[in-house]
Amino acid sequence: MSAPTGIQRSRLDPEPVPRRDWLGLASLWSAGVALLFSLFGMIRLPKPAVVGSPSKRFRVSLPEALAPSAAFVPPGRSVAIFRDPEGVYAISLVCTHLGCVVKPGPEGFECPCHGSRFGPDGHVTKGPAPKPLPWLKVIPAGGQWIVDESATVPPGTKVAV
Amino acid sequence: MSTAMQSPSALEQFWQNLRQSPRRILEATFRTGKPVTDRARSLFVFGNVFLHLHPVRVHRWTLRWTTTLGLGVASAAAFLITLVTGVLLMFYYKPYPDVAYQSIKDIHFVVPTGRLIRNLHRWAGNVMVVTVILHMARVLYTAAYRKPREFNWLVGMGLLVVTLALAFTGYLLPWDQLAYWAITIATNIAQSPRELTDALGITEYFDPGGFMRLLLLGSDTVGPEALIRFYVLHIMILPLILGILLAVHFWRVRKDGGLARPADADQRLGAPPGHLYPVFTQAPQKTYQLAAIVRGRTPAVGNGPENTVPSMPHLFYAELGVLMAVTLICLVLSLLWDAPLKELANPLVPENPAKAPWYFLGVQELVSFSAFMGGVVVPLLTIVGLGLVPFLDREEQGTGEWFGGPGGGRLALYSMLFGLAAALAVEAFVIRFGWIREWFPNVPQLLVILVNPASLLTLIYALYSIFIIRRFNSVRAGAVALFTCFLCGFVVTTAIGTYFRGPNWFFYWSPADWPKH
Repeated sequence: MSAPTGIQRSRLDPEPVPRRDWLGLASLWSAGVALLFSLFGMIRLPKPAVVGSPSKRFRVSLPEALAPSAAFVPPGRSVAIFRDPEGVYAISLVCTHLGCVVKPGPEGFECPCHGSRFGPDGHVTKGPAPKPLPWLKVIPAGGQWIVDESATVPPGTKVAV
Repeated sequence: MSTAMQSPSALEQFWQNLRQSPRRILEATFRTGKPVTDRARSLFVFGNVFLHLHPVRVHRWTLRWTTTLGLGVASAAAFLITLVTGVLLMFYYKPYPDVAYQSIKDIHFVVPTGRLIRNLHRWAGNVMVVTVILHMARVLYTAAYRKPREFNWLVGMGLLVVTLALAFTGYLLPWDQLAYWAITIATNIAQSPRELTDALGITEYFDPGGFMRLLLLGSDTVGPEALIRFYVLHIMILPLILGILLAVHFWRVRKDGGLARPADADQRLGAPPGHLYPVFTQAPQKTYQLAAIVRGRTPAVGNGPENTVPSMPHLFYAELGVLMAVTLICLVLSLLWDAPLKELANPLVPENPAKAPWYFLGVQELVSFSAFMGGVVVPLLTIVGLGLVPFLDREEQGTGEWFGGPGGGRLALYSMLFGLAAALAVEAFVIRFGWIREWFPNVPQLLVILVNPASLLTLIYALYSIFIIRRFNSVRAGAVALFTCFLCGFVVTTAIGTYFRGPNWFFYWSPADWPKH
């Protein structure tokens, strides 16, 4: 039995084998996929693989006369280093709220930007800061000390002198 | 031979054409002649690529002072000034830390007219922020966002965001203390979703805040990478987006049938002045196919005296007037007040107080309670809420009228009083009594994020607007109430952040009370 012929077809109906449609769809989808991938690439590019900021580890020698609760802030660093009978420890001075540099004082730390207050061990006592000031890793290096700003340690970790 | 004697030789023709060429060049350039007849005025508009974004004729309602107060054109004028002055500044500005600061100093003290150009750039940018906000308020209060103009309202929201982004990216470029710490704070606000992910303990796996900050800064601190990124955004990417959105914005104004006007605008305007006469007194014989697919009826057929006037000169002179007024305002401001430049940026010593540009001080006031709620959630909710207005208000009463719709001007007034009172009350309470953490120091961070003055004020405003919707049985009334409250909240928090916050973000009645160092 042959295929039915003479079916009423309007000239406006699409052709049964839409070859032109196939080409059209192929170009449409390839354009779409290309756009998607190029967007992905364009978003990928600005996200740096290597952060080119200065080294976070630095070596410091503490002054001989450093009172137990007095902070020593090495020049050029936002870190406070303390020495008491139990040992040496370092607390970051970068406010956990919005990144201002907090000021060490006798009762702890205060932030100039939005009024956050931190206790002597860095815990939040007042204001909008969401987290305590992190304690940083301190490594003894033959009379000197190496502080690593990129490594945090649990609060209360003191390195014996 | 004889024919050559009668008509001029090619050489003679050449001399003749050369002599006439100045006149012909002029004719070719100004093809339409003097715009004295209506026909020539029409040709003047649609024969010119720069002007043809305008309609050939414009409704008299559009030209009334009180319809727009010229705020949209003023915003565009301010943008034009920043564009011209900005390109000039690029001749001398060098986007690298410390060098950038020196180049701004050069521009201020050494470059001829540099000081004025920089001041103009700064002031026009500020004027643009103001006029864009006022323009948005005008469109909202005249209910001009309604169908078919919803899409253009969305484009306008995009323009508002890009305008603020332009102002903000420009803030870093001088590389002074003001710039450095404002951007440190702002990029940490971008990172503040971490507050939530930290509180939920999922930052390790999902850290959108850290990603955003890294993308903005290109590093983990504000440094050369951040400066070049902000520079590229400020001079290339954002102006490009703004230009594209502006073209769409202007074009939609025409495609949506010009500015919104009340249905009975013609009756209210009364009979047109004697020198105006109808253009179409009967249905035109031709059909204009392009006109047929534009929404609304074809140009004023059967409307009798249709109350339109030629755009040339009426609309163009009005626009030019606004441009000149904005230029004058910026010029006067620039001559009176220099753009600020503090000391060179110092990453070790924050400014105290470190204040963002004034249009972000409202947000900064809110982030002093919670960075995530005040800096991300509330602004985002505001933008989304504003964007939804034309889709929620589908009413018809009062389109194109100031404070049109149920409630009218009285509703706007009461909402203003309520909005001011609520914002002042919340602020006064917090300034006097502190907030949760001062009372319960060990309260969980999640609670501090969720319950703070920013979220509280948003909730009060939302509840008030829902009450107004019920009271007037009208969504439009709710939109007016919410927008008025939002404006009041913006004004109160901005004013407090600007004038009443001193060192350590403490409250002071006056800068004279600030403690000495």
